[in-house]
Amino acid sequence: MEHTQTLQLYGTAGVRYNVGAMTRSDVQLMLDVKAGDEASFNLLLQKYRTPLVNFLYRMVRNTGTAEDLAQEVFLRVYRARKQYSPSAKFTTWLFRIATNLALNSLRDNRYRQMDVSIDAPVEEDAAPLQLPARELRIDEKMIERDRSEFIRRAIAALPEKQRVAVLLHKYEEMDYGEIAKILECSESALKSLLFRAYETLRVQLAPLVSQSVANRAREGRPS
Amino acid sequence: MKKCEDVSKQLIAYLDRRANSAERHEVEEHLAACSACHQRAEDFRKLWGVLDEVPLVEPSLGFDARIRARIAEEPRRGWLGWLVPQPRLAFAMALLLALSVWMAKLPREGNVAGTEQQDFEAIKDLGVLENYDVLSKFDALSEVPVEAAPADQQAQPVNPANDQQPATEE
Ligand SMILES: [Zn+2]
Repeated sequence: MEHTQTLQLYGTAGVRYNVGAMTRSDVQLMLDVKAGDEASFNLLLQKYRTPLVNFLYRMVRNTGTAEDLAQEVFLRVYRARKQYSPSAKFTTWLFRIATNLALNSLRDNRYRQMDVSIDAPVEEDAAPLQLPARELRIDEKMIERDRSEFIRRAIAALPEKQRVAVLLHKYEEMDYGEIAKILECSESALKSLLFRAYETLRVQLAPLVSQSVANRAREGRPS
Repeated sequence: MKKCEDVSKQLIAYLDRRANSAERHEVEEHLAACSACHQRAEDFRKLWGVLDEVPLVEPSLGFDARIRARIAEEPRRGWLGWLVPQPRLAFAMALLLALSVWMAKLPREGNVAGTEQQDFEAIKDLGVLENYDVLSKFDALSEVPVEAAPADQQAQPVNPANDQQPATEE
């Protein structure tokens, strides 16, 4: 089968991956699943487990919960196979299920543990949550893991809708139309949402942003 | 020249190269004249580089096995299941088949009165299964017309907004 070639896109160790480039034959794969071909389901699983787990991890900030939710997404895709019709991109459908599950999980969690933490999502349009001052004191010796954790926390502190928008735009590299469908908003509203989100991150991650030029020069990366 | 606020909406599309040429021109014109927005644009570019630093987490080794096990627990569809779209319809057809087999095995000789009685019972039951009105009202078949409906009637197969996949009741 031709679409087995796309499988190779999964599993590269790099930081970035491009869902947009992987969508070519997803609709066909899903139609094959609908027709009873479970091998095609396994291909979709292999292709999207890492993007989905990462998206969900960045949403819920807990690897165990992220995996549980990713399992649930795949199970729902499987259960809905007979009703599948290729009216929208497969990734739109997939990430819409994932987004709704993540938001529900966050809300359930919020009611369960009412303590306010950095991980707790803040209401849309609320003032951006300020990171504690000590978090902003970053010296050059900060190890890579702390940098990543600092970035993850800043993303996690975004209001839910802004967070979804950034994750889909920055990490899944989806186009505006697709993200707008997932978030059920207009493209114009999405652009405002993205602007506000990146503006907040620019402030929260200012120490890293101002460092980035020096880092790139030191590591010999093109800027 | 556009105001900062107006440009802000176009800035992301400009930076990720999805703006059209007219939008590009407007943004470039503004950036050339407004140092605050120019700085913001620079920072956004750097910010995206910073966001790329976050490494991917890999799903645990048991991830695939776990999902396959869960799918294996889902109601299975045998060869009959692939011929008909609904498991319950497959079940109804299997019942019909079993009934036919049972009828075929009925003694044709011997106790004539008993055989006639059994045949009558069997045919009586078969009549129900062959009766179109009964079949069409049979719950298991209620989803079949949906399968055959024109594509536009099922344009949105799933409404994840309420988080439930439709019509999957097994
Ligand atoms: Zn300006």
